[in-house]
Amino acid sequence: MDNLIISQSPHLHAKDSVKKLMYAVIIALLPSLVLSIYFYGIGAIVVTAFAVISAVAFEWLIVKYLLKKEPSIWDGSAIITGLLLAFNVPSNLPIWIIIIGALVAIGIGKMSFGGLGQNPFNPALVGRVFLLISFPVQMTSWPLPIKSRLINWHFFPSDPKALIDGYTGATSLGIMKEGLKNQEVASSIMEKIPSHMQMFYGEMGGSLGEISALLLILGGLYMIYRKVISWHIPVSTIVTVLLFSGVLWLINPQTNADPLFHLLTGGLMLGAIFMATDYATSPMSNKGKLIFGAGIGILTMLIRVWGAYPEGVSFAILIMNAFVPLINKGFKPKLFGAKKSK
Amino acid sequence: MNIIVLSVIVLGVIGLFSGLILFFIAQKFKVYEDPKIDEVEAVLPAANCGGCGYAGCRNFAEACVKAENLDSLNCPVGGNKTMQKVAVILGKTVEAKDPQIAVIRCNGTPEFRKRTNIYDGATTCAMESALYGGHTDCQYGCLGHGDCVVVCKFDAIEMDPVTMLPVVNDKCTACGACVKACPKNIIELRPKGKKDRRIFVSCVNKDKGGTAKKSCQVACIGCKACFNVCKYDAITIDNFLAYIDPHKCKLCRACVTVCPTNAIWELNFPPRKIKEESETNKEAAVADENKNKNDETLQ
Amino acid sequence: MLKTFPKGGVHPPENKLSADKPTKILGIPEEVAIPLQQHLGAPNKVIVDKKNKVKVGQKIVEASGFVSANVHSSVSGTVTKIDEIIDASGYKKPAVFIKVEGDEWEESIDRSKDIIKDIKLSGEEIIKKAAEMGIVGLGGATFPTHVKLSVPKGSKCEFLIINGVECEPYLTSDHRLMLENADELIIGTQILMKALNVNKAFIGVENNKQDAIEHLNNIVKKYTNDIEIVPLKVQYPQGGEKQLIKAVTGREVPSGGLPIHAGVVVQNVGTTFAVYEAIQKNKPLIERIATITGKSVKEPGNYWFRIGTPVNMIIEAAGGLPEDTGKVISGGPMMGKALNSLDAPMTKGTSGILIMQIQESKRGNIMPCIRCTKCVNVCPQGLEPYLLMNIAEKQIWEMAEKEHNMDCIECGSCSFICPSDRPLLDYIRFGKQKVAAMIRARSSK
Repeated sequence: MDNLIISQSPHLHAKDSVKKLMYAVIIALLPSLVLSIYFYGIGAIVVTAFAVISAVAFEWLIVKYLLKKEPSIWDGSAIITGLLLAFNVPSNLPIWIIIIGALVAIGIGKMSFGGLGQNPFNPALVGRVFLLISFPVQMTSWPLPIKSRLINWHFFPSDPKALIDGYTGATSLGIMKEGLKNQEVASSIMEKIPSHMQMFYGEMGGSLGEISALLLILGGLYMIYRKVISWHIPVSTIVTVLLFSGVLWLINPQTNADPLFHLLTGGLMLGAIFMATDYATSPMSNKGKLIFGAGIGILTMLIRVWGAYPEGVSFAILIMNAFVPLINKGFKPKLFGAKKSK
Repeated sequence: MNIIVLSVIVLGVIGLFSGLILFFIAQKFKVYEDPKIDEVEAVLPAANCGGCGYAGCRNFAEACVKAENLDSLNCPVGGNKTMQKVAVILGKTVEAKDPQIAVIRCNGTPEFRKRTNIYDGATTCAMESALYGGHTDCQYGCLGHGDCVVVCKFDAIEMDPVTMLPVVNDKCTACGACVKACPKNIIELRPKGKKDRRIFVSCVNKDKGGTAKKSCQVACIGCKACFNVCKYDAITIDNFLAYIDPHKCKLCRACVTVCPTNAIWELNFPPRKIKEESETNKEAAVADENKNKNDETLQ
Repeated sequence: MLKTFPKGGVHPPENKLSADKPTKILGIPEEVAIPLQQHLGAPNKVIVDKKNKVKVGQKIVEASGFVSANVHSSVSGTVTKIDEIIDASGYKKPAVFIKVEGDEWEESIDRSKDIIKDIKLSGEEIIKKAAEMGIVGLGGATFPTHVKLSVPKGSKCEFLIINGVECEPYLTSDHRLMLENADELIIGTQILMKALNVNKAFIGVENNKQDAIEHLNNIVKKYTNDIEIVPLKVQYPQGGEKQLIKAVTGREVPSGGLPIHAGVVVQNVGTTFAVYEAIQKNKPLIERIATITGKSVKEPGNYWFRIGTPVNMIIEAAGGLPEDTGKVISGGPMMGKALNSLDAPMTKGTSGILIMQIQESKRGNIMPCIRCTKCVNVCPQGLEPYLLMNIAEKQIWEMAEKEHNMDCIECGSCSFICPSDRPLLDYIRFGKQKVAAMIRARSSK
């Protein structure tokens, strides 16, 4: 008989692993990707593929040659970062820009802090915001969804420029912001943009992965079912946005968009379900998660209504990321048997 | 032009005003510190190792300045030279102390000390020791995860991959960090000795002879052979474990040859004369060879 | 809706392989090694000597303080030596070695199977007798029972809870005891109620033991209305003292406090049975039930064994050590201790021997913490295991104390759930030892 193994209890281990959790997130993201390919065509595939491949490649290179450790790229976290980065950019983004984005996301956003689990800011959002500030034009010319784009795609179109330029436009949020600035009435602006139903299933202009609230919610439910994330952050973010915009809308429906519009447009669903819930950059306790979500909701609405940018989810999440250590200190889980506060 | 002049004036006034405020506040809240503390700190090694028993070099400097005499204070890293400098600054005298070095009192290599189970947990000695006796039958011996290596700030101790035991090299300053870190209390600070020559019992096993021998072939079994041969009363035996008092030991090496388990080590001695070897039995000669090998690894 | 504790917990696979195996009696070994200390508390002193003849039930080790327990000989024979042996703790501990000769019992012990219902002794006498008979908590912590029964001045005990939860996977000894000795158990409960001077008791049983719940309900009707059987949700660590109290009564034991501070005393079913035998039958704690189990074990089962029997013997009874053995655990897989010697004696605290296959006994590679918050969510004590591990790695013990690491009940849920395979409990336990030492040093100043 060989020597017995000795270790401390517990001697059992759940079958969970980092890999499984990460791949569950990837699975949850896939439906949105498929829809985006349906609406935006080959461009969506190209951008996503390059984002993922370059994110993984950069992580491998940095771990291997800068940190001089054994790379473990197949834990899936770099794939998620790449996917989320792609989801946050327009589908017609030039490839060199997306590669720069991946480098910033992995290099600055993740590895400079020590890699997996150490980063204080969501790496994909760091990359995205970097690109948004550096390349505002390319980052804000969104192609419009066309159902037949994939089917009618020509690899060698007679006029490739027309195919891209002809179909781009602003997002619903951009149109709304512009319209309100020009003293237009909210209800009349609504006629220029897709209906709520279209927004819900995803037929609107926007970043590659943020368009379909329906599929994102499905992905979120799958993750909650698999116990990858808890419900706290998405629900508290969404409820806060609903309340905030609801109050504004009740005060003056002429100058404010309705709550549903705020819920379904822009990156709110993607942000609340997939970005804010990123493990390393969200608080540890449930109470903290609720506060964190509420903070994101409030900041998003502040930026959307009064800020310079039409959309504020990325900024809101990054700002709240900075508060996470503070939230962790301030909102601890309730200690069993703690004395009730006097 | 006007704007430039105006902004220079405004900024200048603000700067001057802030400077004044800072100056007065600095005056008001000034904490008096003996300038000697800075002087003493300057001659200390600045390793902040804690070997002196204080949190850092500055704390030690403060203690030196406050203390009436320097007898109980010692910087093991700087040694006598540094303490002499400190004494000069403070106008006090200090006795020279014997320089010390850490020695590892375990020689249970995997060959001599069989592993009896596999430890599968966090790889620190402290954790393994907290869980159980260790992965061999000897509950006193080295666990080999290198907690001592981690705490050493001078790169003076490292794990030998073959013997799975730590080895101390000349960089050791006797700061005592490894002594504190070792959960099995294997490491001892001993005087360096003349020409760096040292003799010590490389074992801390307090089991009865038979039990000790069963768990480790090179354990001290408390047989008293060394005790009987020592002419200087330097060896004491407690709990089946011999201990050589470094202050009484005259480095005659008589005990080394009589030890039946080769648990007594000699370091940095020249090889024995051939004549002597022929007198002792073969086993001792083999043991000698082993020890000289160990000497080499030590240097 | 079944009762349970409010926060945290995990659900490891139950694997109760031996639940339907009636208990058998393991034979008497040739030699026993009875450790001097089989309880939590002060060390003991031996009152027998080499070459003394002892009988079954004779006191051989005497308690040296109040928080201490007597030890009795579990066999008859000659004391061969008093020497050290590696026990379940992995350290060498002193033990009395007895060479077995025949099976001669002390005359005072009633060995009949009759059930004695009358409780003749008064409350105080019961506590005294429990101390004399060396009864300790048989759930695993082995805290002397008489100490638990002596309610300190200023506190009042309102409820007694009998712990029949057995939330550890694999183990079935309590389950079998509840099925086979329900009458004795109910009388034992009544004895404890008398000792504590309470008139309400609960027996908490996890809902995966339906047969035991039904059986106990049937039996208890014959005796009294004051004992209630409470089915509990299947969730680990339902059998943790604090969790059980919260689930059954809704009361929370204050942080750093004992159950008595919530007006509750908890006793394990095994202890209750031992109390019955001690009080009604004059029988000291010399044998108990242990489960021998494991996926590769040929015949998992439940055995009555004499204290001091080597682990080897129960493994032989279950068909020998399987080829693919990686680990042998004394106790359950969540809180038990891995043994490093199969000659180790089984003691009062041994509730089972679990043999794990080599592939399930190796730990995974440690990955960095991804801060997934699973450990925080499963901690039944409301702690933050990831943080406590961090602190323990950096050895900042003052901070560990501030983060309440002493409140950890070492249930292992955090290490169980961690997707990065981090040894959270290892570090927390290490921290607890260090902080406890720090607190001791402070209070002794």
